[in-house]
Amino acid sequence: MKNPYLPYPVRIDKIITETEDRNLRTFRFVFLNSKDEEKFSYTPGQFAELSIAGKGESPIGIASSPTEKGHVTFTVNKVGLVTTRLHNMKEGDVMGIRGPLGNWYPWEEMEGKNVVIIGGGFAFTTLRSSIIYMLHPENRPRFKDISVVYGARNPGMLLYKDELAEWEQRDDIHMHITVDGTDDPDWKYNIGFVPTITEQKITSADNAIAIVCGPPIMIKFTQPVLEKVGFPPERIILSLEMRMKCGIGMCGRCNIGDKFVCKDGPVFSLAQLKNMPPEY
Amino acid sequence: MTKKIYTKKEWMEVLKGLADTYKIFVPVRDGDFHTFKALDETKIPDFDFKNTQLSPKSLVYPQSERMFEYTLDENAPDANIIKESKKDYSPQAIVGIRPCDAHAFQIVKPNFDNPEYQDPWWIQRYESTTFVGLGCNDPGSTCFCTSVGGGPFSEKGLDVLLYDLGDTFLAKALTDKGETFLEKAQGGKEADEKAINAGEGLAAGAADKIEVRVHTDKLKDKVQTELFDAPFWDDVAFACINCGICTYLCPTCWCFDIQDEMVGKQGDRIRNWDSCMFPLFTLHGSGHNPRSKKVQRVRQRFMHKLKYYVDKHNNGVQCSGCGRCVRNCPANIDIRQICELMNVEC
Repeated sequence: MKNPYLPYPVRIDKIITETEDRNLRTFRFVFLNSKDEEKFSYTPGQFAELSIAGKGESPIGIASSPTEKGHVTFTVNKVGLVTTRLHNMKEGDVMGIRGPLGNWYPWEEMEGKNVVIIGGGFAFTTLRSSIIYMLHPENRPRFKDISVVYGARNPGMLLYKDELAEWEQRDDIHMHITVDGTDDPDWKYNIGFVPTITEQKITSADNAIAIVCGPPIMIKFTQPVLEKVGFPPERIILSLEMRMKCGIGMCGRCNIGDKFVCKDGPVFSLAQLKNMPPEY
Repeated sequence: MTKKIYTKKEWMEVLKGLADTYKIFVPVRDGDFHTFKALDETKIPDFDFKNTQLSPKSLVYPQSERMFEYTLDENAPDANIIKESKKDYSPQAIVGIRPCDAHAFQIVKPNFDNPEYQDPWWIQRYESTTFVGLGCNDPGSTCFCTSVGGGPFSEKGLDVLLYDLGDTFLAKALTDKGETFLEKAQGGKEADEKAINAGEGLAAGAADKIEVRVHTDKLKDKVQTELFDAPFWDDVAFACINCGICTYLCPTCWCFDIQDEMVGKQGDRIRNWDSCMFPLFTLHGSGHNPRSKKVQRVRQRFMHKLKYYVDKHNNGVQCSGCGRCVRNCPANIDIRQICELMNVEC
């Protein structure tokens, strides 16, 4: 019997400090047993439990794309017991990864459509996975226009700065990077909250699907903007967070109504959420 | 299927004889209550009881259970690697389990054993267990098994059913596991027509003694969000002190927590029963808590048992009608009343 609680052993291959407050770091893991990499076959939007012996587990969205072979990456905010320990670990250290868990963004439904990606703060991780995935030469023809609105408090708090700059240069993706505010005179992108910039830049819902990932306040104010542009609730896709333990729908804490965020989610359409109790 | 009859004196000897094949758990008097304990020379089985204070759920699903073990000793080749612990799944038998508590394992099963994921520990211990039920001649005042798909002589989830006929036990095998058990239960004699009729008479009479009727028929058709917003939740939750005894005693509550515990450089990953009554259960790392208020947690407990489970599993309600939560709630919250409210309101 396959034990769904048993993590795959991994080695920390690389650690990148992403933000100026040093609270967000990207961890690149390599599987100790190469066969485990095949078993850990994932789709953008899924998450995994990062598992540290002696501390516990923490559910984190997968930031790498399945098109990036040889490793898997997570960007982790330092918050509690497990993530603080992780931030104190070094390259070469051994720990565990359990997953992949949960569902993913509706890739089949997105095929042949314009894709609008809206992200805020450190919730950009599975969106990064999605962008890398869509921009892969094999996948890019499957999607029409790709637009991205991504905001952070200030320039120093943006994730994946090098990749953002690279995507800005490309003509097959429309980037709208924004910050809430900055005193940097050389800042060459937008200034304003994500909902405001969305209202300015995303002007059509024609044949489009929107993926929204960010803090609750950003989601709350972005939702009416998208609905005004003409996105029906079925084509507004959200990824939720919950306290989790098992990640496989058994331990009972991450439910919204009869759905588990860990197993039936974390990805839900706004249409689905409207039929669920507002307890998240 | 085999039907045998044992005198009560003989039955005690039979149980001792079975100790070679099974680890036997029996109800034992413990102060004011009965509780299931492993049979050894120091224990006297006592089958004269309404029901045990704690359900035997811990015999399949321990309150605390080691999941994995590991070492943090950097000199060890497997330092920081989480490994499975050795487990003992030799056969065990719960003798004298009440039909409601056996039914409860059937209710819990789809949570731990479903097409997507299988919990190896729950399943292996469940499969290694033989459930030898004891029908209830005289159900308690808080019992309502007949309203939730069970009955005082329900055979759901049982391998053997025992009928207390006064001086004798009539034992009826219900499954292959049960046949094996009675085969090993040396002694007794084949049950005659008279004993079988007496058993059936007892069963019919016992069901009539449960006068309480709880209605669950309309729960399935209710709209989840409407029941969630029903006006009665504040009243229902008012008296609750969030002690969690209802979840603890409930044979169908299965929620758990996972914790790592260390002694020196050796550690275990352990799972412990948890409760939706506690605010920590859902507290996010960010400080946000979707169920920070008492009323939200009380609503979660009843919605889970009487609506979410009903919608998800199409297997009735997540309650076996044992009545433990009704008997032991310090604030007199009664799931039977709440079920009626949910079944009618909206």
